[in-house]
Amino acid sequence: MTQHFSTTGHDTFVGSPRSRVDGPAKVTGLAKYAAEFTASDLAHGYVVSSAIAKGRITRIDARAAEAVPGVVKVLTHENRDRTAWLDYNYQDAVAPPGSPFRALYDDAILYSGQPVALVIAEDFETARYAATLVRVKYDTETPVTDVRQVEDEAYVPPKKRNGIKPPPKPWGDADAAFDNAPIQLRQDYRLAIEHHNPMEPHASTVVYEGDGKYTVYDKIQGVSNSQAYIASVFGLKKDDVRVMNPYLGGGFGSGLRPQYQLFLAMLAARDLKRSVRVVLTRDQMWTFSYRPDALQTVSLGADRDGGLQALRHDATGATSHFEDYQEVVVNWAGVLYKCDNVALTYKLAKLDTHTPSDMRAPGAVTGVFAIEIAMDELAYETGVDPIALRLRNYSDVDATAGGKLFGSKALKSCFEQGAERFGWAKRTPEPRSMRDGRELVGWGMATGVWESMMMQTNARAVLTADGKLEVGNTAGEIGTGTYTILAQIAADSLGLPMEDVTTKLGDTSLPEAPVSGGSWTAASSGTAVMKACRSVAAQVFVLARQMEASPLANVDFERVVFADGRIAVADDPSRSVSLVEAMRAGGMDRIEAVESATPDKDFNSAYEAYTHSAVFVEVKIDEELGQVRLTRVVSAIAAGKILNPKTARSQILGGVVMGIGSALEEESMMDHRLGRFMNHNLGEYHVPVNADIYDIDVIFVDEEDKANPLGVKGLGEIGIVGTAAAIANAVFHATGKRMRHLPITVDKLL
Amino acid sequence: MRLESASPVAADAKIGIRLTINGEVRDIQVAPWTTLLDLLRERLDLTGTKKGCDHGQCGACTVLVDGTRVNACLILAVMKDGAEITTVEGLGGLANGGAGSNGLHPIQAAFVEHDAFQCGYCTPGQLCSSVGMLNEGHARTRDEIREAMSGNLCRCGAYTNIVDAIEDVLQGEAR
Repeated sequence: MTQHFSTTGHDTFVGSPRSRVDGPAKVTGLAKYAAEFTASDLAHGYVVSSAIAKGRITRIDARAAEAVPGVVKVLTHENRDRTAWLDYNYQDAVAPPGSPFRALYDDAILYSGQPVALVIAEDFETARYAATLVRVKYDTETPVTDVRQVEDEAYVPPKKRNGIKPPPKPWGDADAAFDNAPIQLRQDYRLAIEHHNPMEPHASTVVYEGDGKYTVYDKIQGVSNSQAYIASVFGLKKDDVRVMNPYLGGGFGSGLRPQYQLFLAMLAARDLKRSVRVVLTRDQMWTFSYRPDALQTVSLGADRDGGLQALRHDATGATSHFEDYQEVVVNWAGVLYKCDNVALTYKLAKLDTHTPSDMRAPGAVTGVFAIEIAMDELAYETGVDPIALRLRNYSDVDATAGGKLFGSKALKSCFEQGAERFGWAKRTPEPRSMRDGRELVGWGMATGVWESMMMQTNARAVLTADGKLEVGNTAGEIGTGTYTILAQIAADSLGLPMEDVTTKLGDTSLPEAPVSGGSWTAASSGTAVMKACRSVAAQVFVLARQMEASPLANVDFERVVFADGRIAVADDPSRSVSLVEAMRAGGMDRIEAVESATPDKDFNSAYEAYTHSAVFVEVKIDEELGQVRLTRVVSAIAAGKILNPKTARSQILGGVVMGIGSALEEESMMDHRLGRFMNHNLGEYHVPVNADIYDIDVIFVDEEDKANPLGVKGLGEIGIVGTAAAIANAVFHATGKRMRHLPITVDKLL
Repeated sequence: MRLESASPVAADAKIGIRLTINGEVRDIQVAPWTTLLDLLRERLDLTGTKKGCDHGQCGACTVLVDGTRVNACLILAVMKDGAEITTVEGLGGLANGGAGSNGLHPIQAAFVEHDAFQCGYCTPGQLCSSVGMLNEGHARTRDEIREAMSGNLCRCGAYTNIVDAIEDVLQGEAR
């Protein structure tokens, strides 16, 4: 049974804005990332990347490289040691169905930039130099990297990806209803391929401890995933592989799956029986995961007041030849809007690229972008205000889940408070009707939605005799503030000051948590930590009650509160015992508890859980230059309880900024003749810089949710969803030009 | 470009330089091709300075050389013989008594207070760049700060908070 969080009666820290507990480490350079751990016997690996996208390696000549003084070895598919045989062994915790990519496996080239050799040397520069001397000859075949070219071969993935809801069965008759609808809109939408580009390049440092044991520092969003992968691929016992990653320099999904640098570093370390570090270069950050291209068509049939009569969303997403990557692209319209005739379809088409992967709000960024522009088009077609149109079609149930109720859905509050803050009422709807000097002004809005999830998660709490508390699990701190919110929850659960709480994360010696992704970490690890702390509380309470002449004698656990380092009777605070006294009296040095948090089955059978947002943006566009400035953003978020308004706001800021990048700047440009991304550097792949970002106003609306005892829903992704659509809609309002292909660059506006 | 025609340079071909790093004078033997960034990270264990692109495109490696902000990945260490280098590890010491009781430079404290980072990887570069920008003395308004800080990418999108933090320090200096 779900019990609402406030077991202590004193939510001192939870809900209040707190600076990050890892802040001092991050501003002084003490926070260490995967490439910054070392060993006395460390060798450096440098990856040689394939120059072609498809074909075979006919010859690799590494003699010149091996002759360079300081080079230890050059590993290729010809000389590397054997690893596991079956695909199964390479499938990590979040792998889609298929045959995961294996580096240096054989002579086949599956995509451009694929690793073909690893040069290992005594120092980084020598490895880098020697890598230029590795000569590779290929038999080249013609790659197919344009999804339009294989659209006809698109297929419904036969095997579903774990955790990804396939489209629901259609209901009503969407095509007939569309044909009969007074208003008919059908358009194609497309966003650009994007690469995550966390600031920290992917890196793994494998420290060989001798005797077949390894300590691995891996850039990963959850060390348990890397540990299981290493054990399975290299035939090791989990106990012989400790994986750590206390800090992650940004992931955004790119660090969910163990990437090839980990495999290569392990392969080399095992081969050489010494420590090896492999760091990818920035351009090699374009040689694995990416947000896939998708061909999308949205068809809306409506009455003249904007009431939806028919809704179709058809998408074909790109995947690789070796795995069926899947994300939830087309379901969102069915979640958001009430309509009697709905058809949602999602297919895949195979390309000669690496497998795409989850990138911040995977699928939702793609699908909601299309739906929310289509809704704006419908608003203009019917003359209904965009917010009024969304309220007219507002759904109180999740039609994609057979009409289940939402656990909570404060989206209407987002519309109201966001519109109020933004000043939406002052908008004149006609395109090109607002101006500021030489700039056209556009105001646009869109809805955002993301699934709120919780995963089975373990956590440990340890209280020591000095009154200090340590909590933790293997979850990754990916920049979201996990160290901080867990410390807040722990401090409140045992009534301790936050300074007395330490959070440990990203270490496989701790209880297992899933990868940090999907916005589920706060709900999952938060609940597990809370439960572990309450278990410790119950144990220390027993000690306190057993003390001689205990002030708590004959008091039940339910009648005490934990505050200020003491256990006190709730209705008589003068009767209290300090935690330290209780432990001393009980002769205990430490009290430890490991607890597990699981999704609430009763809740989940009755309700569906989503976070929502309403995004309002203002653009100013120089008509002659086509330059778009995004001068104002208001993002109103409904995401349950906000544990820490300061770090929560940052989550939304970050999502919005990435949404701005998606709308206006980011585009990995594929040269389809070569099957190769051409702008594989941060000079030519544009991400927002400081000068691109003006004011961003974040509102958290009140929303009570009972999916977990904390009432928390997760914030990592919702900030990005809908942002690009709101910008495209604002651009239409400013210019009268409807942008359905991202990014909205100058050339498209002139 | 193929380099195989060049005869391999002996791995022990090193040049002696003297750098003052975070106030400490250090005599260092360094290969001529070693960047200041790799010297700091790989040889001197000053890993606070980050490598984000190795191309001068992201600013994660920004350090102060004689008080001026530079991308350490674009500088060969041997070019800076005699220079004074300040990295994020040395910012607290740079505050000259202006550091708070926690040993932080005011800009470091302001970054924590304003939540001007998330993952923290671009942060050392943002901090050194902020100090360099303040030394330059040109940026006074939010727009000017945003422009002058645009060489430092932050993929987590903490830009508005970074500007808040810098503005805070600027106003503190003006008081």
